[in-house]
Amino acid sequence: MNGAEIIIRSLVDQGVEVIFGYPGGAVLPIYDAIFGQNKLRHILVRHEQGAVHAAEGYARSTGKVGAVLVTSGPGATNAVTGLTDALMDSIPIVCITGQVATHLIGNDAFQEADTTGITRPCTKHNYLVKSADDVARVVHEAFYVARSGRPGPVVIDMPKDVQLAKGDYVGPETVAHRTYQPRIQGEPSAIERAVKLIAGAKRPIFYTGGGVINAGPEASARLIEFARMTGVPVTNTLMGLGAFPGSDPQFVGMLGMHGTYEANKAMHDCDVMVCLGARFDDRITGRLDAFSPNSQKIHVDIDPSSINKNVSVDVPIIGDVGAVLGDMIEIWKRDGLKTDSQALKAWWGTIDEWRSIKCLSYDQDETTIKPQYAIERLYDLTKDRETFITTEVGQHQMWAAQFYKFETPNHWMTSGGLGTMGYGMPAAIGVQLAHPDALVVDIAGEASILMCIQELSTAAQYNLPIKVFVLNNEYMGMVRQWQELLHGGRYSESYSEALPDFVKLAEAFGVKGLRAERPDQVDGLIEEMVNTDGPVLADVRVDKVENCFPMIPSGSAHDDMILGPVDRAKREVTDAGKALV
Amino acid sequence: MTDVEKCSRRHTIAALVDNESGVLARVIGLFSGRGYNIESLTVAETNPSEKVSRITIVTSGTPMVIEQIKAQLGRLVPVHKVGDLTIEGPHVERELALIKVAGTGEPRVESLRIADIFRARVVDSTNDSFVFELTGASSKLDAFVDLMKPLGLVDVSRTGIVAISRGAESL
Ligand SMILES: Cc1ncc(C[n+]2csc(CCOP(=O)(O)OP(=O)(O)O)c2C)c(N)n1
Ligand SMILES: [Mg+2]
Repeated sequence: MNGAEIIIRSLVDQGVEVIFGYPGGAVLPIYDAIFGQNKLRHILVRHEQGAVHAAEGYARSTGKVGAVLVTSGPGATNAVTGLTDALMDSIPIVCITGQVATHLIGNDAFQEADTTGITRPCTKHNYLVKSADDVARVVHEAFYVARSGRPGPVVIDMPKDVQLAKGDYVGPETVAHRTYQPRIQGEPSAIERAVKLIAGAKRPIFYTGGGVINAGPEASARLIEFARMTGVPVTNTLMGLGAFPGSDPQFVGMLGMHGTYEANKAMHDCDVMVCLGARFDDRITGRLDAFSPNSQKIHVDIDPSSINKNVSVDVPIIGDVGAVLGDMIEIWKRDGLKTDSQALKAWWGTIDEWRSIKCLSYDQDETTIKPQYAIERLYDLTKDRETFITTEVGQHQMWAAQFYKFETPNHWMTSGGLGTMGYGMPAAIGVQLAHPDALVVDIAGEASILMCIQELSTAAQYNLPIKVFVLNNEYMGMVRQWQELLHGGRYSESYSEALPDFVKLAEAFGVKGLRAERPDQVDGLIEEMVNTDGPVLADVRVDKVENCFPMIPSGSAHDDMILGPVDRAKREVTDAGKALV
Repeated sequence: MTDVEKCSRRHTIAALVDNESGVLARVIGLFSGRGYNIESLTVAETNPSEKVSRITIVTSGTPMVIEQIKAQLGRLVPVHKVGDLTIEGPHVERELALIKVAGTGEPRVESLRIADIFRARVVDSTNDSFVFELTGASSKLDAFVDLMKPLGLVDVSRTGIVAISRGAESL
């Protein structure tokens, strides 16, 4: 076999069924090897950023490693945004990049880029393969690294001469990384301490993140079991939605900058915080020195560097969150533990008071579609099917997180850490390929969707019935909102002066286009959209100046949120707050 | 001085890493990308049969930052082990310098006299220059360099600190 054939064989032996890619000179031998086989399906995207996002959607909705193939130089640099996105959100990806022949490396050859140099800070690990005999080992090792511990993207840079040289194949079973062995089992004594703390808590909360999703459906099942046993309220981060059923009364909603009033208040006032697979990032904590001042904090994370990074905790536990939850449940049962039911009743009473504020309410009139309403209708009309939701980035993303309720993990894909506009449609393509019979909807903004609009062509080519649900407010709404709140309403460059006719645009791509302009058209549009066999792009004209609330303005504390337009009038954001992103 | 500077402390950290291409760039990129400072860094292969190198880094930061540095280093795929010599018990730190001093007459003689006091060795000599080799704690090297300045100091090359723990234990 030559290096290119070894790559394909290794991918197949790793269980890869679909690879997202785009050809070019430096990967022609690999494309030749793809041509001669039918075990690995290649999906031709229209831009390498789309290839990585599609692989992310595929990975996040299946729990498998996503695979990508791009050429050298511009192919690799175009993939960088996707790789960074996958790194920030801990998504397992293996991305193979072509490289100029070994003897040309460093000569500024045509389409040469220092791919391992460029991708070093935006991958979990990367390789430059110098011999065909190393190819199989490197590919297997890359899959191991991508999926083990805290998952992430791995790049394999393949010079063209290595693709053409003959080499020996070795199977996946022969490969284990010599030293990279992340810890799975948590420290037993720390887990014991944590469980005691939970049992003694009067105002506990489970704050869970993307780590629970990454730990597999088993971890979510254990979270639900442990929450039931203890009666503790649960909040999820943006990345963690779906780990706990969104419609469950024990769920207090998403937390953070646009989280619910009750979730953020509960975080602020709790006495024991159990952080499971989340990382105390700035969108979650708000002002750090005012973050949950009176709680003892337990933090379970597979990545030791997440512990004590932003917030120092009392009981750190390094391990797989599913495994640790399993141990916690066992100890709870073994010792016949119970939470203080009196105290929990009072705690729930307080939470219910916060809930009664109904922080997500909005006013829907008869003339203008409120974006929240559109998403609520989408939820109501699709919740009984197997539905996957992806999003772009902006207000629509936050409204989707607030108003679409996820009952199971792996059904919600959004760009959290990097906040990448353009993520949603390619991600939806990846999800749809993994789940051909499911409904896959990208909840989009009219600005974001234009960032990877070319992928509509991919959806058309493979007749992937994705639904792009554009909440068109003609503004980069989230930017406009910040300008309104922080910059005196000076709407610098946030209005889209020239938007395409999205219906015609869809049609030009060979995709069905739909439009709704009045509230009474929303249901009909959604029905038609979900009942169309092929891909659809729906242009939903929504209120242009609706803001997303509640909101913890940057630099403010959890108990200091803006609830809505009336509340807002009383607020001033400090200069220190303005300096934060 | 800010509070952060006040509780900032110097640490000597040792890491065992696979001696593969890019590993040093990864470590350095981690420090620059996350805004940690490097006072000195030395690296060389220490176990050729297993292709393992040892990196010694001197850095400074608050306890929380130092913990982060160690955790961030530890999660790099080619890093096997990370130790903090500063907190893990007594250890020995050494640095080597080559120092070139040019001159003739009295200053030249004086430089040789001082070298003798510092136990620096002459490793090269011409009619009008010496190269001294000096090993020791960094402060000793600093002191020697300072004394050479008025005597015709031309060039200094220093290795940065290497360190190892005292006693029978390995890293
Ligand atoms: C690639 C990229 N560039 C810029 C931004 C900054 N940004 C965040 S939200 C946003 C506006 C998004 O507008 P739209 O897609 O219409 O969504 P809306 O907020 O209106 O719902 C911008 C420009 C980003 N997140 N990603
Ligand atoms: Mg918009």
